[in-house]
Amino acid sequence: MLGKLTWAAIPIDQPIPLVTSIVMIAVIAAILALVTFKRWWPYLWNEWITSTDHKRLGVMYMLLGLVMLVRGFADALMMRAQLALAQGSATGFLPPEHYDQIFSAHGTIMIFFVAMPFVIGLMNFAVPLQLGVRDVAFPVLNSVSFWLTASGVLLVNLSLFIGEFARTGWLVYPPLSELAYSPGVGVDYYLWSLQISGLGTLLTGINFTTTILKMRAPGMSYMRMPVFCWTALASNLLIVAAFPILTASFALLLLDRYCGFHFFTPDLGGNPMMYINLIWAWGHPEVYILMLPAFGVFSEVISTFSGKPLFGYHSMVVATMAICVLSFMVWLHHFFTMGAGADVNGFFGIATMIIAVPTGVKIFNWLFTMYGGSIRFTTPIYYSIGFMATFGIGGLTGVLMAIPPADFVLHNSLFLIAHFHNVIIGGVVFGIMAGYTYWFPKAFGFTLDETLGKAVFWCWFIGFILAFTPMYALGLMGATRRMQHYADPSWQPYMIVAFAGALLIFAGIGLTVVQLGWSIHTRDRRRVPMGDPWNGRTLEWGTPSPPPPWNFAVEPHVQGIDAFWAVKTRNQELHKIAESRYEAGHRPHYETIHMPKGSSTGFITAFFAVFLGFGLIWHIWWMAILAGIACIGVLLRQAWDTDREMLISAEQLEDFDRRHPSLGAQR
Amino acid sequence: MSCVSFTRAGRRVSGRCAIALLGASLAGCHYALLDPHGPIGRQEKLILINSTVVMLAIVIPVIIATLAFAWWFRAGNPRATRYPDWAYSGRIEFVVWAIPALVILFLGGVAWISSHDLDPPKPIESSVAPLEVEVVALDWKWLFIYPDAGIASVNRLVLPVGTPVRFQMTSAGVMNSFFIPQLGSQLYTMAGMDTRLNLMVDDPGTYHGLSAQFSGDGFSDMTFDVAAVSRQDFELWLDSARTGGGNLDAAAYATLMQPSRADPQRTWGTVSAGIFDAILAHPGAAPTASQIEHTDTAD
Repeated sequence: MLGKLTWAAIPIDQPIPLVTSIVMIAVIAAILALVTFKRWWPYLWNEWITSTDHKRLGVMYMLLGLVMLVRGFADALMMRAQLALAQGSATGFLPPEHYDQIFSAHGTIMIFFVAMPFVIGLMNFAVPLQLGVRDVAFPVLNSVSFWLTASGVLLVNLSLFIGEFARTGWLVYPPLSELAYSPGVGVDYYLWSLQISGLGTLLTGINFTTTILKMRAPGMSYMRMPVFCWTALASNLLIVAAFPILTASFALLLLDRYCGFHFFTPDLGGNPMMYINLIWAWGHPEVYILMLPAFGVFSEVISTFSGKPLFGYHSMVVATMAICVLSFMVWLHHFFTMGAGADVNGFFGIATMIIAVPTGVKIFNWLFTMYGGSIRFTTPIYYSIGFMATFGIGGLTGVLMAIPPADFVLHNSLFLIAHFHNVIIGGVVFGIMAGYTYWFPKAFGFTLDETLGKAVFWCWFIGFILAFTPMYALGLMGATRRMQHYADPSWQPYMIVAFAGALLIFAGIGLTVVQLGWSIHTRDRRRVPMGDPWNGRTLEWGTPSPPPPWNFAVEPHVQGIDAFWAVKTRNQELHKIAESRYEAGHRPHYETIHMPKGSSTGFITAFFAVFLGFGLIWHIWWMAILAGIACIGVLLRQAWDTDREMLISAEQLEDFDRRHPSLGAQR
Repeated sequence: MSCVSFTRAGRRVSGRCAIALLGASLAGCHYALLDPHGPIGRQEKLILINSTVVMLAIVIPVIIATLAFAWWFRAGNPRATRYPDWAYSGRIEFVVWAIPALVILFLGGVAWISSHDLDPPKPIESSVAPLEVEVVALDWKWLFIYPDAGIASVNRLVLPVGTPVRFQMTSAGVMNSFFIPQLGSQLYTMAGMDTRLNLMVDDPGTYHGLSAQFSGDGFSDMTFDVAAVSRQDFELWLDSARTGGGNLDAAAYATLMQPSRADPQRTWGTVSAGIFDAILAHPGAAPTASQIEHTDTAD
């Protein structure tokens, strides 16, 4: 009846997951009780859970990412604490069986359930606004994507207190991940949660590629798109091309584990090297799926706060698309040490280095964007400068490891760990934090507290240097990744410094939550009534903050790059016009528009997807079959649902605009 | 050993001063990769340092320029000249594409040439005849077979100095990576496949060896000692190993294959000929005696 599931799956004997689970359940119960007590359910259901508004989905993605950041960072702290302790005969506080789950969960969560939701959240929020359109191409599908991601998150968290997580590292290399060496449910939790959330990501990719290619405001040709939209296009093209590879590789591994196939077993004709090639054919583009939108954020932020157009726009576009293409040609550099031979290693080494050229061009172009500008030192520009100052080092160590013989000694070392945290924290995380601070007032109508924001920056910046500089050194000493203890006493001081750095970053994450709470508390004195707090350049700043569900009452007509800046420049006495814009001659022409209705399809599909995943993980076949049928049924019902749109009358639009003035509403 | 005492002395003198500790470590003494004891490691160290210096010549000015531009063009600086519409310069574009392209042209050459020069299977040129060692990665220990001497050792690799060593490596199950940081290149060991690595050690001493590819719960203890000894001492060690330790045959291997952690070092005085090839041909399970004989005669 319950497959492999027994009471033994509950970790009664392991205090850390048990206590964590109890706390998590208590917090969730408290939130549900509060929502019920305050009678917020109708509001939550109608305005958020069934919302197909890209802005609300973007906000929910960010919230999901923040929650999982805390979870993933708790793993990081435990790992660093373990290694600060476990020198010589000391065993630390985490036995290998538990430690191995923690580093596997840390990598999985940080990439799939922190970085991805954050990046997709920013794209969701900003891309349609920047394009000057009212929603994405497939609004219901967008909601399905989000909720499938949330299903994956739920399954990963369930593994904490029902069963176990993978003990194989975050990419579950076979043969270790095969049934013979990982008989538990850990790898199955990993595979099914990523299959479900990966489907959501693929649908996002299709949705945004279509949106950017087909749905731009009149006049917005490709070469007038904001650079963030270009990077989003590149990122989503990569998703569309790369995520099917991930799904297929996992499907083959699942066939091995569930049906006794031998795709990746070492015997009977299987070949684990095939999996490693496939997973990195997804894995390297994935790096750029995260990195490119962060580059886009920096482009927007540096240009806005320097008060200048982006330097070398065409170069930036070419560089972005070059990275997009090249990122598919370098996957082998993740395993130069597999013995592919000098020609193959040499080719992939050079291909990898070539990516440094467009990336270097981007750095120089940001530099010259600042040159001659008038730079306002806001929190987003702190992150941008912090990024530019540290990314060079991350790029240097990356190119270094692209030289195959250098990789022969640095592969899998803590030097490698330091390298990719250098580029992912200094690049992706700083980009996310910059984007979060930058677009927050657009989403909510008030700014985040600047003092606390800068404190968060310094915590991340100094903490990151403290945590990862010692790891570069440790890698040169021969320390390898994923070790649970070590013998060399001279490593311990470095490990302790790294732990201190992790604590400082943790303080930064805590301050992020404090900053959010404080900013909400003091929101009345940080309002942005005209919706343009930063003197922005792109179309999103021409809408009220927060924007109405339809974003633009009247479609903007675009005549160049930095379309909103052009509007502001044309109207020198803008505020005066804004006040009198309902007088004759300035009155915009409003027309009735169609907007998508809310839809419960996403939430209900994802609800059943959790049971589908859970049933498959624990071999509870009846549950899996019923839930699978339900998932498909819900999606089919959507296909025959013709009543999907609602009308917004011209009067409603005009009335909203009158009550929420913005700088872009008139032209 | 001198490394450790140097640090300890440094710590005594300076109390718990972190700066002195940093100084002691920057002296390069326990940086295994910067203190190689073989030709492969030495060439790799040279690549590491040269490439880093070449790139730093670009990266450091960029970091300085970033901070300088940001500071000089701050909104409150009355002396800065503003160019609020300046967004294109063909000359600058040319230069910013050319600088990284030239660096990569140079480093790409380094990558291509060095990946051929230092390809792991490439034999090391030497007047001394190479030593063959067969390596089997097991859960979670290393088995070293010396086929010419007919002995085997667990978790201890004894090598004669100044002699090229040809490793032929495989795994009994999961992937591992065979790595001796102070000698240079690592290489994966994979079941059902053999990978070939050539290394050489120049100086007598004890070096640290490890698996650099996570292989399961006992991974952290999957380390081994590398004892580099003179030719004479090496022969003496072979002789002493031959005198005892039993025979590594199918039965002994089946026992050895069972997962275990932090195994003590031990040797076998004789080895069933063909056992390595049998392990290679029958991954995932211990080969039977007849399989071992079969591969032996097949050779």
